[in-house]
Amino acid sequence: MSAQQVLFDAPGPRGRRNILIGNIVGALIVLGILAWVISALAGKGQLTAGMWTPFLESRTWQFFILPGLLNTLKAAGISIVTSVLFGLVFGIGRLSHSAPIRWIAGIVVEFLRAVPVLLMMIFFWLALGSSGSVNPEDAPLIAVVLALTLYNGSVIAELVRSGVHGLPKGQREAGMAIGLTRNQSLRNIEVPQALIAMLPALISQFVVILKDSALGFIITYPELLQFTRRLGVGEGNVIPSLFVAAAIFILINFALSTLATRLSVLLSFRTKGRKPAAKGSIALDASTPAPT
Amino acid sequence: MENYLSLFETYNVPAAFWVNIQLSFWAAIWALAIGTVLALFRISPIPSLQLFGAAYVNIFRNTPLTIILAFGFLGLFSVMQISLASDLNISLFRIAIVGLSLYHAAFVCEAIRSGVNTVPLGQAEAARAIGLSFLPAARLIILPQAFRGAIAPLGNVLIALIKNSTVAAAGSVATESSGLMKTMIEFRSDLVIPIFLTFALGFVILVIPIGLLTTWASRKLAVAR
Repeated sequence: MSAQQVLFDAPGPRGRRNILIGNIVGALIVLGILAWVISALAGKGQLTAGMWTPFLESRTWQFFILPGLLNTLKAAGISIVTSVLFGLVFGIGRLSHSAPIRWIAGIVVEFLRAVPVLLMMIFFWLALGSSGSVNPEDAPLIAVVLALTLYNGSVIAELVRSGVHGLPKGQREAGMAIGLTRNQSLRNIEVPQALIAMLPALISQFVVILKDSALGFIITYPELLQFTRRLGVGEGNVIPSLFVAAAIFILINFALSTLATRLSVLLSFRTKGRKPAAKGSIALDASTPAPT
Repeated sequence: MENYLSLFETYNVPAAFWVNIQLSFWAAIWALAIGTVLALFRISPIPSLQLFGAAYVNIFRNTPLTIILAFGFLGLFSVMQISLASDLNISLFRIAIVGLSLYHAAFVCEAIRSGVNTVPLGQAEAARAIGLSFLPAARLIILPQAFRGAIAPLGNVLIALIKNSTVAAAGSVATESSGLMKTMIEFRSDLVIPIFLTFALGFVILVIPIGLLTTWASRKLAVAR
């Protein structure tokens, strides 16, 4: 049901009046909740100018927010590249012609998808720190990247697999007909097409990676949340600092999510006819980021 | 091996998992309730409620859970001095539940909306044709079918919620499993791999049956069309 307006009739005079009343009541309730939050914050002195002026000074941005954002983007950027590689390798592994490779890839992917990212992160952080094989200063970054790669790479592997399964059977048959082996047809014909079809879901997964990079906060990786907390403790404005950090994350992620939605609409024309049953639901599912 | 087994006498691993299960249980109930209301808002004919639903989903879906839970501890608990119980630990536990519920409600709302998308147009038209207005149509016709179509995505949200309950460590719920794992590894760094595998296996055991169950239920309960 893509056009959700069919849930109710084109309203008549009485309906319009009811909608207007509902609209006003709804707006009042929402504004009431907002006013309550604002008054609670103001009651604790969180809305005074002094709490917020640090964000107008260049040193706040130069020494706290931008270095933190840079570290967040660094961890997320490396993880995006490595998890796409991991996903491609294991996704193709799960589609492999040879059963042992399929099973091994399947067990690895299912295991990694079931383990919380934070557990992996803490494990790599402490294991690397005590092993002495890496510089202790680098251990948090490596732990963040490894954990994000293993988890999100497994999710991407599943995307690759379902993308290839969604292709028409004729694609592989045509590949075989021109003399390619099954693996060649997989690599040269099926996976490239699947990648385009799964692009919106892939971008949604990048949002997940960016959000989860904030878990580095718990293992002392100096990312945006860590820096804004330091700023908040130093300036005595923890709540405004966390709001600013959240706003930055929301802006970046919202831009990425919007891109994913646009792409899925755009690509639904390209991939039209493949799954004619549920047009609306596919577009929504593909661009809906997963909770982790 | 004896070293490994003696760990379980010193540290209560099942109790830590029990904290995660409790966090997930209460957060799941609240998230389902809030998420259903949000989904109703988003499909309702009232613009202010639609706007609120969309704004809520976009804000909470795009904020890292770590920030929300850290805000619960650093902001709500420390600065605003909000306490939800006389006992300090219970208060932090409840604040973590609030954070987890608010975050996952956004995903529940989207899951239910994707369920609404599986309901054919004709169902809504039929509901209108027999004279049902929005709320009765939603309650009697659309939502029952939408929930049945949304079982698989709702199951995915539940699985994510169970795994995300470990992030409560950012909200200073020190008794849950990721915190205990950290303590155990710090005291016994020679056993780092067995300790990690123990906790990882615990989550595999928790999560995989739920995945199988929701897949089975989504097939069994799917509306035949």
